[in-house]
Amino acid sequence: MIWFSALVLIPLMAVVVTAIDGGWDVFWSTITSGQTSAAIKLTVFTALGVTVVNVVMGPLIAWVLVRDRFWGKSALEVLIDIPFALPTIVAGLVLLSLYGPDSPLGIDIANQRPAVFLAFLFVTLPFVVRMVQPVLEELELDVEEAAASLGASRFTTFRRIILPSLAPAIAAGAALSFARGVSEYGSLVLLSGNLPFKTEVTSVRILSSIENDNVAAAAAVATVLLVISLTVIVLLDVIQRRVAARG
Amino acid sequence: MADTLTREIDEPVAPAAPALVRRERRTPMTYVLRLVAAAYLFFLVAWPVSLVATNTFDDGLGSIRALLEDPDVVVALQLSAYVAFFSVVINTVFGVGMSLLLVRYEFPGKRVLNALLDLPLSVSPIVVGLSLVLVYGGREGWLGPTFASWGFDVIFSAPGIIMATTFVALPLMIRELVPVLEEIGIEQEQAAESLGASAAQRFWRITLPSIKWGIVYGVVLTLARSLGEFGAVKVVSGNVLGQTRTATLVVEEKYLNFDQQGAYATAFLLAMVSVACIVVVAIIRPKNHA
Repeated sequence: MIWFSALVLIPLMAVVVTAIDGGWDVFWSTITSGQTSAAIKLTVFTALGVTVVNVVMGPLIAWVLVRDRFWGKSALEVLIDIPFALPTIVAGLVLLSLYGPDSPLGIDIANQRPAVFLAFLFVTLPFVVRMVQPVLEELELDVEEAAASLGASRFTTFRRIILPSLAPAIAAGAALSFARGVSEYGSLVLLSGNLPFKTEVTSVRILSSIENDNVAAAAAVATVLLVISLTVIVLLDVIQRRVAARG
Repeated sequence: MADTLTREIDEPVAPAAPALVRRERRTPMTYVLRLVAAAYLFFLVAWPVSLVATNTFDDGLGSIRALLEDPDVVVALQLSAYVAFFSVVINTVFGVGMSLLLVRYEFPGKRVLNALLDLPLSVSPIVVGLSLVLVYGGREGWLGPTFASWGFDVIFSAPGIIMATTFVALPLMIRELVPVLEEIGIEQEQAAESLGASAAQRFWRITLPSIKWGIVYGVVLTLARSLGEFGAVKVVSGNVLGQTRTATLVVEEKYLNFDQQGAYATAFLLAMVSVACIVVVAIIRPKNHA
């Protein structure tokens, strides 16, 4: 307990205290200043967009991994985990090699907004898939077959039977991937160019405040991120409780 | 009692394998889904990652050799390994302790603690670095000046890097162990206690062997995460060449200095380690969950 507080809680509290130290006005003017608010908006909206993509692609990939059988499936399984284990800076470099200036595809999105989107997409890939997969594995085929035998179309079966049972897992995965997206830093350093007002995300903004020795500003922006993470965690806890209550 | 004992000690009877005779309904939809999933993963993960390998070996083994002959890079790799080692040790010891605490004991604030444990996973690494600097910074941190007066600098030296790394990798071990501990229950330990085993004996001979695979899995994940930590380390390390520059910082430095070969080679080494970690986990996991 003490170890946990010394390592995690006290430092995080220090951030909040430093942010409040300057008073509400300073805090507010920091996070609403042009460059910072542009960064926060870009981060949050991109993370939201990525989460939407993950909500669609995550269950789809999980579905293929669970229900389908084909050659090379275990290779796909390993691929899913790579973004999680790959150092984020390497992830940035990796994406740059395919979608950067020397791209063999002829797509160059380095230093543009889609780069931020792409980087988020890469690092958040495992979350929804890994949350949905175990639930889908436990799902009984019988229920679906019963529905089908009663005349439900495949679409109806999916919408009325499968989707409701996957919903908590999808929501939890979406929350995690949103949180991860908002806080992403490493993979963007090389890929996005960090142009103010254009591709600069919140984490980068904090870092440049630190490097300019403006700790109060850094702490203020960091507090915004902390609040987002906390909200996500509370949300996750609520989702888990609801699932536990239902089971 | 004897009944419980024999039942628990005996290998649990494997449940009869469920007849996996699935009525395969292969509609065009199946193939479309399969194709979409495979293509998505290919363009997002497989192709980019394989490009790093080909870029590294563009001119044979030259770039890797050049890398390993650069003393600064060697120091950085050593530092990364050293930091990852300590972070794994610390997280293993405390992870086991915290998991036991969370599973076995009831106390006020447990739910809050449980939720807060996820915080390091969702907080930005930059925020992690900032928070550590605020508390342990040598000049104006809360505790930093005290440590500094004892002649012990935390920030901008190895202890700070270890702390940052431990922080970000903290939940992995605990999240791995808690479900395992919940599953094994406490009957065996009660039995051992009734037969006169001391607390230490019960821990070493009963609890530890049964969570062995959980620990191994947690160690591998923690290792991968620790080696690859970048953002938090960047803030706390000061990035002093040959002293506090870790392997991930080398990748950035080399790329920004237009040494693409060097950057790709370092990235390749790091990627190899993390892919190796995943493969190890993939091999261990079926044994564990069978």
